[in-house]
Amino acid sequence: MTEAFMIRAIIAGVGVAIIAGAIGCFVVWRKMAYFGDSLAHSALLGVALGLVMGISTNLGTIIICSIFAVTLIWLQQKKILATDTLLGILAHSALSVGMVTLSLLERSVDLHSYLFGDILAVTPTEIYYILFGGLIVLIFLYFNWSSFVLMTIDEKLAKAEGINIVLNQLQIMLLMTIVVAVSFKIVGLLLITSLLIIPAATARQLAHSPEIMAVVSSLLAVFSVIIGIYSSLHLDTPSGPSIVVVSTLIFIMMSIFSLLIKRH
Amino acid sequence: MSYLIQAKDLCVNRHKKNILENVFVEVKKKDFITIIGPNGAGKSVLLECLMGSFQPDSGEIKKRENLSVGYIPQNFNPESSMPISVKRFLTLKRKSTPKELIDISKETNISEILEKNLSNLSGGELQKVLLARSLLNEPELLILDEPAQNLDIKNQLNFYNLLTRIYQKRELSILMVSHDLHMVMSSTRQVICLYHHVCCSGEPQTVAKDPEFISLFGNDMAKMMSVYQHTHNHSHQEDSQ
Repeated sequence: MTEAFMIRAIIAGVGVAIIAGAIGCFVVWRKMAYFGDSLAHSALLGVALGLVMGISTNLGTIIICSIFAVTLIWLQQKKILATDTLLGILAHSALSVGMVTLSLLERSVDLHSYLFGDILAVTPTEIYYILFGGLIVLIFLYFNWSSFVLMTIDEKLAKAEGINIVLNQLQIMLLMTIVVAVSFKIVGLLLITSLLIIPAATARQLAHSPEIMAVVSSLLAVFSVIIGIYSSLHLDTPSGPSIVVVSTLIFIMMSIFSLLIKRH
Repeated sequence: MSYLIQAKDLCVNRHKKNILENVFVEVKKKDFITIIGPNGAGKSVLLECLMGSFQPDSGEIKKRENLSVGYIPQNFNPESSMPISVKRFLTLKRKSTPKELIDISKETNISEILEKNLSNLSGGELQKVLLARSLLNEPELLILDEPAQNLDIKNQLNFYNLLTRIYQKRELSILMVSHDLHMVMSSTRQVICLYHHVCCSGEPQTVAKDPEFISLFGNDMAKMMSVYQHTHNHSHQEDSQ
């Protein structure tokens, strides 16, 4: 199995898995699963924007999702509506506008591959996006790690120690935006959140420090992606769901395992 | 400059309501000041202004240069999905040598729980860990926001005894919001009664007699405060009440 598309698929999948696993820990710690889901929904508008403007769909997604994150933070500061209400409004209106735009387009669009991922369709340009985006995510995580962790443990304490909460929160959201924008081709818009939270939730049962949890989470995501891609190819199943099935199986096995260990 | 930190004519308005009006607070070296006041009186906002994490609408805050401040927040409740040991939490964003860590763990009685997971600690243990973390910065001023709020009586007393011991040994200044009258009456040198403005301040007993204090907290409370002041050496009498 050394066809070019297969090598591209593995590189893209591993790149996405590493950053999704690490950022996924913050999604679990900061209870941002619904935010991740909303971000992914709004990404469809980004795809539409990319196609209409004739730019890459990755770039379109980054633009739309960043606007989404900034708008959300701005509305949150006003404290008029609860965050989940705001997310629901923003996500579903973006999804709907995206769908309407896509159906108005002259050419036919393979919606299925955007929603559930199509690993065979990964292009070399998309690999550059994944590698470059992944590098940005890892650099930001490395330099802001202790601020992010302290803020996640307690915001008041972090604020008192001079950490700018809104700025750091925006940074985490924009990093998630990058992850969503580079990974929807692999796992699909509907399943990005699961790639973020399932490996992190599995890693929680194994790790005793935030750093180890992030590394284990990334490794588990990489493992799920590789097994998922191969089985997707052999069984001719969509790549996204295949990856999620693998990572869910690992989660279940690990949960049973740690339950058994606790009993003894 | 005789003070460590001073707030003058501090005003904070939110939604057209005055949260703080012309508040004056000054903390000098070795002061032990407790702020009391009803809920919503602006106590936490005042602390946030002093620490610089909240911008007041007017007024000025002067600090001695390079003043190092330790802070213990209200309702500390670490996220349980994050695995982190006490030791790692203490040194997060802190430069401290292993020896300092050992010394401060001994000082705050947390040596045995250093390897424990932060989210598995009891309320009393958590407060001691927060105290230890703030001491690692060698603060000249400790700011505490209702530190013993969620503790049972036994743990409250333990915590306040520890705090008093650290206050005496380290000769630092303490500014604290607290509703625990035991503590306010027996250890504090100065009480500030806050209800958007400084109603009265001074020694606990003087404050208890102040008409504004009595109108704010009622006569019973004022009497109770003087009782605590008189009987705090005879704890068996309090127990039998």
